[in-house]
Amino acid sequence: MEKVLNTNIKTTFKLLIENIVTVPEITAAAFNKAREFKKYNSFINLTEESANKQAEESQKRYDEKKPISELDGVPVAVKDNFCTKEVATTCASKMLQNFIPTYNATVVERLKNAGAVLIGKTNLDQFAMGSGTVDSIYGPSKNIWGYQGDDNFHIAGGSSGGSSIAVASGICFGALGSDTGGSTRNPASYCGVVGFKPTYGLVSRYGLIPLVNSMDVPGILTRTVDDCVSILNAIAGFDDKDSTSLERPFKKIRLPPADKMTIKDLKIGIPVEYYNEHLSDEVYFAWNEIANLLSNNGAIVKQISMPNTEHSIVCYSILNQCEVASNMARYDGIQYGYRAEENSSTEKLYATSRSQGFNEVVRNRILTGNYFLLTRNYEKYFNKALKVRRLIANDFHKAWEEVQILLTPTTLTTAPLYKDFVQKTNRDQCALQDYCTQPANMAGVPAISVPIKLSNNGLPISLQLIGRNLSEPMLLAVAKYIENLVQFPHFVNKSS
Amino acid sequence: MFSRSTSYISKRLYSKSVQENSKWRSVVGLEVHAQIQSNSKLFSGAGSKFSSPINSNVSLFDMATPGTLPTLNKSCVEAAVLTALALNCQVNPVSYFDRKHYFYADMPAGYQITQQRAPLASNGSFDFNVYTPSVHKKPYKTKVRIKQIQLEQDSGKSLHDFDRSLVDLNRAGMPLMELVFEPDLKDGDEAAALIKELIGIFERIRTCSCKMEEGALRIDANVSIHEKGQPLGTRTEIKNIGSVRGVAGAIKYEIDRQIKIKNSFGTVLNETRAWNAEKKVTVPMRDKEVQQDYRYMPEPNLPPLHVAMGPIEFGSVNADTIKKIIPELPEEIRIRLRNELGLTETQSIILVNDSCLLQHFELALKSKNVDPIALANFLINDLNTSLNKLKLEIENMNIPSKYFSEIIDLLKQAQISHQTARLVLDELLSGDSDTPAMIIEKRNWKQITDVDELTKICETVLKENEKALKDFLSGKKKVFKFFLGAVAKTTDNRANMGKCDEILKTLLSKRLK
Repeated sequence: MEKVLNTNIKTTFKLLIENIVTVPEITAAAFNKAREFKKYNSFINLTEESANKQAEESQKRYDEKKPISELDGVPVAVKDNFCTKEVATTCASKMLQNFIPTYNATVVERLKNAGAVLIGKTNLDQFAMGSGTVDSIYGPSKNIWGYQGDDNFHIAGGSSGGSSIAVASGICFGALGSDTGGSTRNPASYCGVVGFKPTYGLVSRYGLIPLVNSMDVPGILTRTVDDCVSILNAIAGFDDKDSTSLERPFKKIRLPPADKMTIKDLKIGIPVEYYNEHLSDEVYFAWNEIANLLSNNGAIVKQISMPNTEHSIVCYSILNQCEVASNMARYDGIQYGYRAEENSSTEKLYATSRSQGFNEVVRNRILTGNYFLLTRNYEKYFNKALKVRRLIANDFHKAWEEVQILLTPTTLTTAPLYKDFVQKTNRDQCALQDYCTQPANMAGVPAISVPIKLSNNGLPISLQLIGRNLSEPMLLAVAKYIENLVQFPHFVNKSS
Repeated sequence: MFSRSTSYISKRLYSKSVQENSKWRSVVGLEVHAQIQSNSKLFSGAGSKFSSPINSNVSLFDMATPGTLPTLNKSCVEAAVLTALALNCQVNPVSYFDRKHYFYADMPAGYQITQQRAPLASNGSFDFNVYTPSVHKKPYKTKVRIKQIQLEQDSGKSLHDFDRSLVDLNRAGMPLMELVFEPDLKDGDEAAALIKELIGIFERIRTCSCKMEEGALRIDANVSIHEKGQPLGTRTEIKNIGSVRGVAGAIKYEIDRQIKIKNSFGTVLNETRAWNAEKKVTVPMRDKEVQQDYRYMPEPNLPPLHVAMGPIEFGSVNADTIKKIIPELPEEIRIRLRNELGLTETQSIILVNDSCLLQHFELALKSKNVDPIALANFLINDLNTSLNKLKLEIENMNIPSKYFSEIIDLLKQAQISHQTARLVLDELLSGDSDTPAMIIEKRNWKQITDVDELTKICETVLKENEKALKDFLSGKKKVFKFFLGAVAKTTDNRANMGKCDEILKTLLSKRLK
């Protein structure tokens, strides 16, 4: 039965329709696997009871030959910063450890309405602030690749590390992550799965506990591009609860079989500024190799320049901390969340609850953000950062005059060892880790990380494709084309 | 509806304005928070009914539940655009929302969504009349400019018990228009008059209930004094004044307080104060001592607010369409009353200031074409006097408007005397539902106008008052009034006194010969 979990959504759908497997069987297998892989710490909370109920209802629909969609009965996981009705949503923080939402995020609701079975909430860096899934009150998530024990493992990447491992290990077919500076693509790259960041506004943010509202998007993690499309089709489209969601109707994406596709004359840009001193040789070679491969298959590959790329990180850092300072202001221990034992005054209660409820990373960002937002600093930092953001977005607009799609590394290296990773501060790590992924969030454009190959020491190497706004059909098609060319050796296939 | 005790016919005495005999000049600017009359909140679907049970009008967004997002209520935008246009503001085709940060228990998100950088509308102005009968001999007209009108959320309410504080979020997220006025005013009377005019406008356009007792209209006043020809002085801000009378009183108190300080060479502090309506003093507000930095930031969850107008077609609402539905505004009505009906300025001001009285005036005039000036006088003087005497509110009075024009008509036809008209009014006010004509008939109050009959009555009066007649004939002309009084008395005020005056004069002059 676990083998079914190692396949893909379309195959599973067929098996369910033909009654070769049942939804409760698949669900039970998912939980068995989750328990088997517990040491990787991908889940904060497994929702077995409600999942079993969902599975039974789903099976009833199959019995009546009326499945809702190809996601009906498909086990999925959701990052623990999406609100789930009656299921704790912690953001991996002490502050929200006891927070049980009374509503579903729009993406969760849409997955549910498509029949998908929620098996649990996955680990992340506290409030999604991080790029390693190491700053969680539930402990770090551990990469399944190159795992050699609890004190010698590679990081999963982050902040959607839990979702990435859940998918890579075959506990579920797909998982939701969130992506503000690369939080879906970065762990996808390190864990060898597909990580997709849609165009800003294509997928509703309602119910996603915000990090940086103007950049956050729900992300999708799957093992195959087709599975990614299946989930995107279920969750994308206008939501009147999110004023920044795009009103234009979303047309479901249908990708042709990979062998029926051609990339002849597709103009692919290689932005030279994505090459930097920290880029490892192996990633660099993989980048070149794929560029050549695409060129050999008929694409027009050319170098382009995006001169403001190097400013993206510092600009992001300012905007991020400002929005964090603002978004975190609501956590005062009054309406919900952690409340300190402190009754001497309201101000004391706030201060103590906040200093105990947030970790150092969050507290630092709040303090810095508030400093940037002071009236005397606003022009100097925040407003300047907004202007730089515009320049970065303009780099993309100019790029689209020359090419249709960009090919870049997702991460500069393969997954670092945990013990090396934690030597640097969260801030420095984010600057390094988000280097290639972050500019897409600045511009709002869609991007996808596709696993390419394994490094010499057996760790996934991935590349990133970036397209213009709402170019998802093309972007995903090219991703699928590459996926078919490289035939990445997935972890689930290795173990079977 | 604001308290009637503050209307123009108020008996409250204000001391003379300080401006006249002092070297000090005072400058006053107002900021008004007007709650928008709407069925739901500014950014959520929660209801907005005032008297709902505590914490029942609260959506997930209103309590700042993580992950929730604001969605702008279109009807609030329409109301604010209508208000802006009625106040002659420029509506901005694009405006933005900002977050204003501060911690307070009844501010669950830790910030308020407002419009700081680019407000919905700016650069407005309107004329209004200042007339406090005890202070001003006659009304004068002045103008106030509006700096901007912005949309923003209200906060919740904190309820402080002796050992704990509780929070009611029913008000959190309620839609507000903040109207920022330029400091064009010179004292509390002008400020109160401005607020009255504003209330009159809101009553017409119905975008704010102005129910001050419900906090639907709250006023902050900035007050400073300076010597003539010198730069403006340090200002204080009086927060949250909740009545028109309070506006006049608080500002007057504050100006006097500042003058006292300066006259004794003290320093006026830049501080926030509150109006204590019971003790009639302003007091410093302790919790606002520290200068706050609100760390404004663009609200990232709301796209720019577009308003369509003229050639600009893109927008969530259309200003040109809204402009068409602006009703006749108070100043326009006053002008019409003067120009088309010939009322005096004071009459027009008093009528327009009391929407109920104005409504009776207009309906009465519509039912019967009577002399508008006589009608206005009757309503302003006689009706108001009778209402005051009986301690009645005009809102609770149920006399059909057409009865007033009927009374004026009866007066004009000399069917009744002015005295009788008042009696008819009192009858109506005490519940008689018959028409004025029927009351007159029933009570036998019809005026005696027949000259022969009146001559007989006058003769009788002269005969019955021989002593007085002697006095008159011997030169005591004042006694003439006594005869008139006697005629009125014997006829129960039914005699047409104008005619009697003539008849008596004729009769007496005959006797003098």
